[in-house]
Amino acid sequence: MDNLAIPPAAMRRSSLSGQEGGPTCRPIAGGGRFSLRLPPASRQPAALALGLDLEANINRAAVSGGRAALRLGPDEWLLLLPEAEAPAAALAGALPGGLYALTEISHRQTAIVLEGGAAADRLNAGCPLDLDLAAFPVGMATRTLFFKAEIVLWRQSETCFHLEVWRSFAPYVWELLGVIGREYAS
Amino acid sequence: MTQAFRRAKGGRIDRSRTLSFSFDGKSYAGHPGDTLASALLANGVHLVGRSFKYHRPRGILTAGSEEPNALVGVGRDDAHYTPNLRAPQVELYDGLVSESQNRSPSLTRDYAAINDVFWRFIPSGFYYKTFMWPKKAWTKFFEPRIREMAGLGRSPKTPDAARYAQRFAHCDVLVVGAGPAGIAAALSAAKTGARVILCDEQAEPGGALLAEPDAMIDGVSAAQWLQGALAQLAAHKNVRVLPRTIAFGYFPHNLIGLAQSLTDHEGERDDAKPRGRLWQVRAGEVIIAAGAIERPLVFPDNDRPGIMLAEAARIYLERYGVLPGQRALIFTAHDGAYRTALALHRAGCEIAGIVDLRPKADGPWVEAARQAGLEVHAAATVTATRGRLRLTGATIAPIKGGSAIEVACDTLLMSGGFTPSVHLFSQSRGKLVFDATLDAFLPGAPAEACRVVGSAAGLASLQEALESGAEAGGGGTRHQAANAPVAQGGFIGVVPYHGDPGAVRAFLDYQNDVTAKDVMLALREGMQSVEHVKRFTTNGMASDQGKLSNMNALAIMSAVLHKPVPAIGTTTFRMPYTPVPFGYFAGYARGELFEPARRTAIDGWAAAQGAVFEDVGLWKRARYFPRGAEDMHKAVARECAAVRQGVGIFDASTLGKIEVVGPDAAEFLNRMYINAWTKLAPGKLRYGILLREDGFIIDDGVIGRISDTRFHVTTTTGGAARVLGMMEDYLQTEFPELNVWLTSTTEQYAVIAVQGPKARAVVAPLVEGADLSAEALPHMSMVECRVAGVPARLFRVSFTGELGFEINVPADYGQAVWEALMACGQPHGITPYGTETMHVLRAEKGYIIVGQETDGTVTPDDVGYGGMIGKAKPDFVGKRALARKAFAAQTNRKQLVGLLTDDPALLLDEGAQIVADPTQPKPMTMLGHITSSYWSETLGRSIALALLRDGRARTGERLHVPQHDGTARVTVVSPVFYDPEGARLNG
Amino acid sequence: MLLIPCPYCGPRPEIEFAYGGEAHVVRAADPRQVDDAGWTEFLYFRNNPRGDHAERWRHAFGCGRFFNVKRNTYTDQIEASYRIGETRP
Ligand SMILES: [Zn+2]
Repeated sequence: MDNLAIPPAAMRRSSLSGQEGGPTCRPIAGGGRFSLRLPPASRQPAALALGLDLEANINRAAVSGGRAALRLGPDEWLLLLPEAEAPAAALAGALPGGLYALTEISHRQTAIVLEGGAAADRLNAGCPLDLDLAAFPVGMATRTLFFKAEIVLWRQSETCFHLEVWRSFAPYVWELLGVIGREYAS
Repeated sequence: MTQAFRRAKGGRIDRSRTLSFSFDGKSYAGHPGDTLASALLANGVHLVGRSFKYHRPRGILTAGSEEPNALVGVGRDDAHYTPNLRAPQVELYDGLVSESQNRSPSLTRDYAAINDVFWRFIPSGFYYKTFMWPKKAWTKFFEPRIREMAGLGRSPKTPDAARYAQRFAHCDVLVVGAGPAGIAAALSAAKTGARVILCDEQAEPGGALLAEPDAMIDGVSAAQWLQGALAQLAAHKNVRVLPRTIAFGYFPHNLIGLAQSLTDHEGERDDAKPRGRLWQVRAGEVIIAAGAIERPLVFPDNDRPGIMLAEAARIYLERYGVLPGQRALIFTAHDGAYRTALALHRAGCEIAGIVDLRPKADGPWVEAARQAGLEVHAAATVTATRGRLRLTGATIAPIKGGSAIEVACDTLLMSGGFTPSVHLFSQSRGKLVFDATLDAFLPGAPAEACRVVGSAAGLASLQEALESGAEAGGGGTRHQAANAPVAQGGFIGVVPYHGDPGAVRAFLDYQNDVTAKDVMLALREGMQSVEHVKRFTTNGMASDQGKLSNMNALAIMSAVLHKPVPAIGTTTFRMPYTPVPFGYFAGYARGELFEPARRTAIDGWAAAQGAVFEDVGLWKRARYFPRGAEDMHKAVARECAAVRQGVGIFDASTLGKIEVVGPDAAEFLNRMYINAWTKLAPGKLRYGILLREDGFIIDDGVIGRISDTRFHVTTTTGGAARVLGMMEDYLQTEFPELNVWLTSTTEQYAVIAVQGPKARAVVAPLVEGADLSAEALPHMSMVECRVAGVPARLFRVSFTGELGFEINVPADYGQAVWEALMACGQPHGITPYGTETMHVLRAEKGYIIVGQETDGTVTPDDVGYGGMIGKAKPDFVGKRALARKAFAAQTNRKQLVGLLTDDPALLLDEGAQIVADPTQPKPMTMLGHITSSYWSETLGRSIALALLRDGRARTGERLHVPQHDGTARVTVVSPVFYDPEGARLNG
Repeated sequence: MLLIPCPYCGPRPEIEFAYGGEAHVVRAADPRQVDDAGWTEFLYFRNNPRGDHAERWRHAFGCGRFFNVKRNTYTDQIEASYRIGETRP
């Protein structure tokens, strides 16, 4: 049995499937996600195995190609990978002592991209953080809140934010972003 | 109607356009730039409300948010109606519909005005003393009457049509108030490059500068300077100016709540646009430039329509081109009122005289008044006023005594000086310091990063206001004011009166109808503390929070108690500074967006099948799937039968899941759960129980060992977050040496339970890579495989007592796998079932539900699970607590039992108490209570689970359960009603 | 709403945090060595001072870490925050 083969994409329905979105706010379907936990000693071997920088500061994203490692805590990374990529074997090889934890969470959450000059302002309707560029620079990524939903907020450029939202909270976040977006309609 | 009191020119209104509005059904005209108050005054309307307690006719007293009398209801219909708005803050628009409050049937004929005739019989404390006896009269008589009489505006009955926005914001400097000091502060701070927010409660920034025709700043007129300054601020990209924005609350660590009105001034406002915006601003520094509030003078009958504050009258004249009346008497202890008198005199209003409380009336202002030919009565006071719906005259008398003079006037403009607006500073927990020369509390040592500037800090002159603002801004800017002489003076307390003070009413707190006499009564009754006096008299407890009355009340207390004002202290100011509509706080959280509605991957399928849902925490769960006209009872009976006899399918996705990974994973679970985990082999499942440190059950769930170093832990639906938080707590703070990490996987997996004798027949054809036979995959074991082409963790587990599987698949595939199982199950009559059937089936088996059979005081042994405790383990959370002698000594703990009613059709009430003898005198000795009660279709009778004192030893005993409709007779049985040997699990 | 200095993330708004009660209440390494009175004390008794208080917070909607904060319960001012295991300042 090939346990790694990916089922047909048509079978995969996120909680935002069917939502089209527009130029300033749209859902991102699919993708692979892993929670990676590492004590300091495991960081370097894991970074080599994954080809991702794991020494970046806390609350920063390291990007390489279409892959990203968002450091959410002192020992916690959220890996955003292409759906086909399975990092388990590489890590197991690099860390034979098993001092790490890798857990797949591809379907636990889904992504929304928020773009445009008003993106930060729209987020500040429900996100309590200071999103000024000086306080929340490009490349910053952190777990935080959007109203009553936990999100991971990653600033990809001055005007583009990537949100990771737990599956069942995504429609709530999506609806709120829509309502707030209408405040900028005209 | 003509605007008889509108001047032909002057002010900041736009006379080229005329707006029509209504007040109490009558149409009036006004202009853009007007407030409802200025427009009413332009039309000669002073009577705008009835007072709270005595229903006395009241007029517009102020020109700002401190207005206590002119409270109006505004809105074209109920869905757009807002009560209790302060007329000086309501911007006029075409078609505005407004009404007065607290009167029936009309302002001029108000039935409850009878209260005013009997005022001597309803002094302060009247309610406390009168409505005490008999007890029943309170609910039957007094309360309904009081409710009818109490309150001011009427609450709208229909949902608010408006939308509200909210924003979090951050800045280096927040300036509250855009008067001269605030603008100077913002300009100065902007120069440093700081992020600045400048907010002001009025539509137009400028504060005192908006009514400043004479002064020059930096060589230009105040109006020109203001225009230039605002243009400069607008050009700074780091500066945000928020008009119509009230800083209503100062919270710890420099978080300020702002309420910004967005569309209230737009007339037929567009409901798609937010009406207002709540800002939560975190500021590096707060500069409070909130200004000062003019004090009324406390003299007999100082509340008739036509009596206003002197500065307010000047503002109506200078900003709105409105004269307050035809003949005004000035009553003052402050130079500012002279300025008003002179301006009104120039504008053509007759001045009936200036009554100055001060013993010697002199100085430049007094001189100017005399030069203008105005009559000044120094060391004099007003001892009476006349006029019912409008002032007609007043009596002037020398303070030292002597002959009184009667004067005719339709307006009386008073000034007791100015009280610095220290509310926000006080909310920030900054200390207030009494300044004896100013008779005012001033900001002292701050508790937060905040500074107070301008007249809010007690600074009287324009030059000082500009300087203090510029200095606080830190930008080194300077300004020079000219032609702005300082106005000085002031008075606090009751003005001297020679007659019987008990025979007159001098109002202190207009909004709550508190008189000077009431405060004296409170002191006679023994109240000593300012807080007690406040509550006894309700002085300062109205929505204006005593903005006009506090200082006068303190001065009265000071005089009666022979203590200086600072020894009496002042009450605490609380948020909100002015009332904020609830909608601002609710914001987006209404209807569907009130809170997240969490739905599983299979929810859409269930909804399409007509499932009835129930709330479980934030989750929506399918409760049952009615067919045709089935009610819940019939649907559940059918679903139960299908599972027991054939096969059912259930969405268990909401179960909490935690992936526990690392070399010490088993050891960590050993320390957390009561069970032993070391010897659980990979591929096996075990039911785990989690206690709190005090020994009581907090959660349970099946735990699967995926590999040596990886466990798949399930928790209750409601306990998912709590359990993960508790585990993180122990891991991070008590067991940091363990190499194990926790990840929530609740939403990673959709969980599909297929249960019933035919479960294997349904699941097996879809499975690749696993043998589902009883030998290869016995009860309480698991395998990783593919189901319907999707990678799955397949658990052989049952919460129904039947042969069962729980299939964990990545959630986005959940619906596809569910549909594949439905298709595969069709020939077997597969039946979707909901949470209600799940509850019945588990109760038939005596399986507990944490939170239903347990309530935070239940131990494993209480529910018969004592045997699961890993006896060899030295420690686990809750073990030491259970070993306490106090537990061992308890011989009659409540234990889980089953109950069967004599009448098999009778359903016991969940929560009902159990007694041995229903005829014993009350209060009865209660032996326990019903935790679960269902109709069991399988057994053809009702069943119940209960917690019963010493329950296991009572098996076979006959007890009683008093219910809402009679007492049920029950027999104590085992909690396992069905298949006690568990044979069906192993099919 | 407090601004709480997370030792890992810096100052963040209070709503991202969960309160964790009094700090430095240590669970005995071997609870069997603690007598009933001692265990009862550990379970149920906490200080409730007006003034300086060492308390636990978890940056629940942030880095997820527990840490300790020295806060004045009267003024709400926070004097220090420090990681679990670090000594009280
Ligand atoms: Zn943190």
